[in-house]
Amino acid sequence: MKADISSLNKLFENRVRLGIMSVLSVNDSYDFNNLKETLGVTDGNLASHLKALEENNLIKVNKQFIGRKPNTSYSITETGVNLFKSHIKALEDIIRLQ
Amino acid sequence: MENKLDYSDDIKTIKKIMEESSRFLSLSGLSGLFAGFFAVLGGCIAHFGILKSKTFFINEPLINLPIQDISSIKIQLITDALLVLILALAGAFYFSYRKARRKGQKIWTPVSKRLLFSLCIPLIAGAFFVIIFYIESQWHLIVPSMLIFYGLALISAGKFTYSEVFYLGLAELLTGFSAAIFQGSAILFWILGFGFLHLAYGLIMYRKYKG
Repeated sequence: MKADISSLNKLFENRVRLGIMSVLSVNDSYDFNNLKETLGVTDGNLASHLKALEENNLIKVNKQFIGRKPNTSYSITETGVNLFKSHIKALEDIIRLQ
Repeated sequence: MENKLDYSDDIKTIKKIMEESSRFLSLSGLSGLFAGFFAVLGGCIAHFGILKSKTFFINEPLINLPIQDISSIKIQLITDALLVLILALAGAFYFSYRKARRKGQKIWTPVSKRLLFSLCIPLIAGAFFVIIFYIESQWHLIVPSMLIFYGLALISAGKFTYSEVFYLGLAELLTGFSAAIFQGSAILFWILGFGFLHLAYGLIMYRKYKG
């Protein structure tokens, strides 16, 4: 029997993106620096993946000032939640059926 | 086959990141053992040393004493309780810090901040409540309120750490209500709630999570 891999999202093939989605799916919002520490990636690497996810409307960006420091935090969109859920489900199906 | 490995790796990574970013997992069982030990010690000092009573009835020795003795006993009881609190808190922070460092994790993270925040709101509310009872001389309500508010604090903090903390909270809540019903044995319930429950929790955590 063949597993349905059409639900596997190309966007989530990358480990960093998978990590970002994992963090944001269980937290209301998470800021850039904490994401960086949690995932152990560099600024540039994280920024480019965040941008890709944002452009696809999977996450949204909230820019604000804490005191005088600019703070950028991210949260997951409804589309993001749905796509991530079906991606996980597809992964689990594939593992089970193989 | 290689793909399969990759995919199950993906799932593992996802679960690990989800857990680590939403729960603070550096709480140590040693904190519980440490707090429990000093609570039992402090409770016994209060009971046998300060109140010198053979029963666990807190009102009786207070009522039968001359006024000067009452205020000195009150100060001794407060000092005793505060010492236990300070030692327990110091232990909690120290052992968490040690465990986090050993696992190469930070202690000050978004989730540990949330844990502390959700712990502090019921605790501070409870502290004010207890202070009001103290000022109003409602002695019989002090021990039950301490246990009940502590239980609520653990229940609210339980979402951000090991689920055992949530169950410890429920147990503290039950102990608190028992203390309210059996007022004569308030100190006994205090020792049970802050002492033995912490010892049991500490032992379980230490064995289950190895640290």
